[in-house]
Amino acid sequence: MGKLDLDAGVVRRARELAAAAGQPVVDLARSHTTVSVERAVLRLAGVRGADPDGIPWVNHLVDAVRADVGLGHGVAVPVFAALAAQGVDEVTVLAQKAAAGSVRFAVPGKRAELAAARRAARRATTTGLKTIDRRRAERDRLISRYGDPRQRPWIYLIVATGDIYEDIPQAQAAARAGADVIAVIRSTGQSLLDYVPEGATREGYAGTYATQENFALMRAALDETSREVGRYVRLTNYASGLCMPEIAALAGLERLDMMLNDSMYGILFRDINPIRTFVDQRFSRQVHARAGIIINTGEDNYLTTADAVEAAHTVTVSQLLNEFFAHEAGLADAQLGLGHAFEINPDLPESFRLELAHALLARELFPDAPLKWMPPTRHMTGDVFRGNLLDGFFNLAGTLTGQGILLVGMMTEAVVTPWLSDRDIALQNVRYVLGAAGGLHEDFAPAPGGFIQRRAHQVLDEAVDLLARIVDDGLLNAIADGTFGIMKRPADRGKGLDGVAAHEPDYYNPVTEALDGDR
Amino acid sequence: MAIVRPYGDTTGDGMVQVSFTLPIPHDKRAEGAAVQLAATMGMDPAMLVHARPIGDGYTFFVVYGRVHHLVDTDRVQVVERDFPLLSAKEVNAAIKRRLRRRLTVVGACIGTDAHTVGIDAILNLKGVAGEKGLEYYRELSVTNMGAQVSVPDLVETARARRADAVLVSQVVTQRDAHLQNTRAMSAAFREALPAGRRPLLVVGGPRFDETMAGELGVDRIFGRGTTPREVASYLVHALVGDAA
Repeated sequence: MGKLDLDAGVVRRARELAAAAGQPVVDLARSHTTVSVERAVLRLAGVRGADPDGIPWVNHLVDAVRADVGLGHGVAVPVFAALAAQGVDEVTVLAQKAAAGSVRFAVPGKRAELAAARRAARRATTTGLKTIDRRRAERDRLISRYGDPRQRPWIYLIVATGDIYEDIPQAQAAARAGADVIAVIRSTGQSLLDYVPEGATREGYAGTYATQENFALMRAALDETSREVGRYVRLTNYASGLCMPEIAALAGLERLDMMLNDSMYGILFRDINPIRTFVDQRFSRQVHARAGIIINTGEDNYLTTADAVEAAHTVTVSQLLNEFFAHEAGLADAQLGLGHAFEINPDLPESFRLELAHALLARELFPDAPLKWMPPTRHMTGDVFRGNLLDGFFNLAGTLTGQGILLVGMMTEAVVTPWLSDRDIALQNVRYVLGAAGGLHEDFAPAPGGFIQRRAHQVLDEAVDLLARIVDDGLLNAIADGTFGIMKRPADRGKGLDGVAAHEPDYYNPVTEALDGDR
Repeated sequence: MAIVRPYGDTTGDGMVQVSFTLPIPHDKRAEGAAVQLAATMGMDPAMLVHARPIGDGYTFFVVYGRVHHLVDTDRVQVVERDFPLLSAKEVNAAIKRRLRRRLTVVGACIGTDAHTVGIDAILNLKGVAGEKGLEYYRELSVTNMGAQVSVPDLVETARARRADAVLVSQVVTQRDAHLQNTRAMSAAFREALPAGRRPLLVVGGPRFDETMAGELGVDRIFGRGTTPREVASYLVHALVGDAA
């Protein structure tokens, strides 16, 4: 340890500042709920399916409760009180009746009824959480049977055809060709849908919809391939956008292994309301913690809009904040796929040394996290030959700095969604570099006081300065002022704000009750 | 008039290189199929230089060969820049002198497209390739609405801000989304505002055909590699008029 000779005091100070900056946001998240958090509770309580127009019953049920008593009490008590009053067994049936307008919801006034409703809600959601626990145990079993990838970093490949039945053979082929992790990228519109689509889907834009059925189909296919190739192939999707909590719940239920889950991505890049995002994010991370899912954070995105050298410290700041929020939600270090990217302009002198300094800084700040290393996109010009060379250097930086998860770069980035041959060429590139230089990190020690060490120290110092300013200013104000990725996002604006409610004194959520107990 | 053909290492050799995948396992017959395809594409002789199986049922090929097609560069149709390229200083001066107020620009990525890289490169102060974006121009008042903006929101904002020009970026092209979104946008502006009050409609993105402006109902299309300065110069040309 200690290739960069970082000052332990500065590192400690950075973490203290991240905690001070993050705590007010955690307090906010703990005192608010959202429509999506409540829908996730109902999904864990067993509500399934959608109406003929594709609107899920959980949406109908939450909307009906909200119209009668608001969101601030949580939906669990009104729903399970109504279930008892109506003499219905199935929550899904109650949702269907509520959608037809034939159920009225209320918070019971009598203590006994209230206690009974809470008990029933807890029993129902415990069943959902138990399923998640079973799926986690199943993963552990499969990993011990088939084994983990033989090398680090794990090789992460994206599949994105829009059609789940087209994705499956592509994902299986990618796994056979060496991919350890398959990510099914989502349709571009999905993050702004305030519901989770249902069923197997065959149409999407630049990606495939995240649905419970699509999750199940792909996981089953990759289980088959894991058996075939003799290593457990992990599946990734996206817990981001307006339905982050629900998608996290579905990922746990269907044994996904990694989820994209950034603390600020939705705010900055989708213009989702900051409070909505932080509330949804905390819940989704608690679910991920329970499910044993590795989260992937999205720091790479900052570098696609801001300059990768000037903004290098904002990546470090975001990683520290993501780490604080993740630990607070109960995630272990081994579940933190903190992100960063190879996005420095290749025409800049010493660009590769700068990349090494930044990548090594992340490695040393978070020694136990499986860091996610993201390939160049911004300076991929359509010159596929140069792109392949750049990807080779990206792969080299990844292995030289001990990154945990390597997203395979495509030379056709910015040209087309990857072709079969693009993926094959990209994997050859990775295999060559890992084969030729996989152990080079043992020999790689930056010169004491040299360029790489100095640059890493500078970025860390800048991160500490920025964190100090964020603590003074407040994280929400910093986001409003455009501190991250240039975008300005005030807390009273953005999509999904109308789905946020402050807790009433009697707010009850059996899932957060259980998950807070896990921490 | 200039007649040209591809150049490998000798003038007139007509050499090109292509790569493609066929959905068949790699064997002698597959290699023959690749050569035949290249021949049908007009490569004669076609030399198969690389074949590699991908998975079970696919093979990737690289083929070099000679083509006999000619191109007459005088008969090539492109949209040439038909306006003078101005410096930032000249843009500001032209607006100040001839418009006598700031020129208002509203920009957005519309539809489900979340790729703000194009619109940001043109609008953000930061700009692209060392050239500052439109926010840097003192006489331009810029509103960047960001990604996934709905067409009605865009029209409303353009109206509220009395936009002189609306810039729309489209990167995602799956299922021709960029064309559909652009048509929907231009139709919405035509519906919402009379001809005289309609802002100048400009779209940009790496996969647009610059000759399609009329067909898509917009005033101008900018393709890949467009710089903020070109856009600013065009806005001056179209809205303020060129210097006499």
